[in-house]
Amino acid sequence: MLTARRAGLVGCRSCGRVWPRQQRHCGRCGGHLDDDRGASLQRVWAWLIAGVIFYVPANLYPMLDTASLLTGDVRNTIVGGVIELVHAHDYGVAAIVFAASVVVPITKFLAIAQLALTLGRVRPWRRHRRHRMLAVVDFIGRWSMIDVFVVAILSSLVQLGSLAQVHPGPAAIFFALSVVFTMLAAQAFDPRLIWERDEAEAA
Amino acid sequence: MDAGLTAAGTTGRIAPALDGLIACPECDLLMSRQVLGAGQQARCSRCHHPLYRPRPEAAVKIVALALTAGILMVGALFFPFLSISAAGETHESSIFSTALAYSEGYLAPLAVAVMLLIVLLPVFRVGALIFAFGPLLAGRTPYRHAQIAFRLARHLRPWAMAEVFMIGTIVSLVKIGGLASVSFGPAFWAFAALVLAVGVMDNLSNDWTIWDALETTR
Ligand SMILES: [Zn+2]
Ligand SMILES: [Zn+2]
Repeated sequence: MLTARRAGLVGCRSCGRVWPRQQRHCGRCGGHLDDDRGASLQRVWAWLIAGVIFYVPANLYPMLDTASLLTGDVRNTIVGGVIELVHAHDYGVAAIVFAASVVVPITKFLAIAQLALTLGRVRPWRRHRRHRMLAVVDFIGRWSMIDVFVVAILSSLVQLGSLAQVHPGPAAIFFALSVVFTMLAAQAFDPRLIWERDEAEAA
Repeated sequence: MDAGLTAAGTTGRIAPALDGLIACPECDLLMSRQVLGAGQQARCSRCHHPLYRPRPEAAVKIVALALTAGILMVGALFFPFLSISAAGETHESSIFSTALAYSEGYLAPLAVAVMLLIVLLPVFRVGALIFAFGPLLAGRTPYRHAQIAFRLARHLRPWAMAEVFMIGTIVSLVKIGGLASVSFGPAFWAFAALVLAVGVMDNLSNDWTIWDALETTR
């Protein structure tokens, strides 16, 4: 297997053109030619840690503040909102919100950490699986934003005077930042690491 | 049908010119470029990442869909999005007021972020694709920065979240449930159509032969 790196070249991840190794930017599409895999891994860890840290207050503070004549003033956290949906027997939507706000973020934290920690200790036949895992993590990350949009939609729509009013809670900004940081962590993860680490060519 | 690209170095040629080679963006495998017909697809022979997937008239379709999406976005911005009514009280929301829901105090940066994710980035991507492919339609050579525009449009794709917002709308409607009755404004339908147009557009531009079409012959 001859890789661009072994041939003394660097491939553009945007358009596929190859360039001499010392070149910094792709001469065709202007993309940054990222050749420093160690720096890639450091960025992954930095974004991932930031994402995990912000996920904590995102779950402790209320996400949604509902004041209505029927229920009084209710402040719900992310998980509280899911429980409310379950009580209302909206199981399908409860599952969507729970998946987007709890399962996906936590799975992403664990998956990225596992991928980063086990680099170089992967048996060749498992690479395809790990590569697919990274692709899935990269693809699903943005869907976690659902709850941030739900809070915005409800807060702008449900403004019915004394009857019912909805306001966003502080968790929204922590949660949005956690999602953004985790997306950046997944994007910083250079998939070429998975394929080359144990080929003694990761200089 | 699938056509695996031949790995460079296995063909026995010595030091081919750099522009005859490509590197897989996922696994770095060096391959020689191949010319494919429409309907064919080439994947990386090591990691199976799809590379080439030429589709007929992709440029025309991309521009048409981008223009459609742009017009739909204008409609989505200036018409009511949803309206709610309960016990005589009625309230209407728009895309703007939805983003501005976060304008109170320290949440304000989130209002900007929501505006970026659901309006500004989708508009930028659509504009960049029209800029990149427009001249091709007129039979002219692309603008000098066409390839940069195309790269940015692809790079920003994960951050343009129109479809995530659409699912968010559906979740919101269920959450309101029996509390009040909600009706869809024209902006809702415009936004839903926009999501479809952008989806097809992105599917078409997910192909490396486009880079060759955008080659500015100098
Ligand atoms: Zn490039
Ligand atoms: Zn590959």
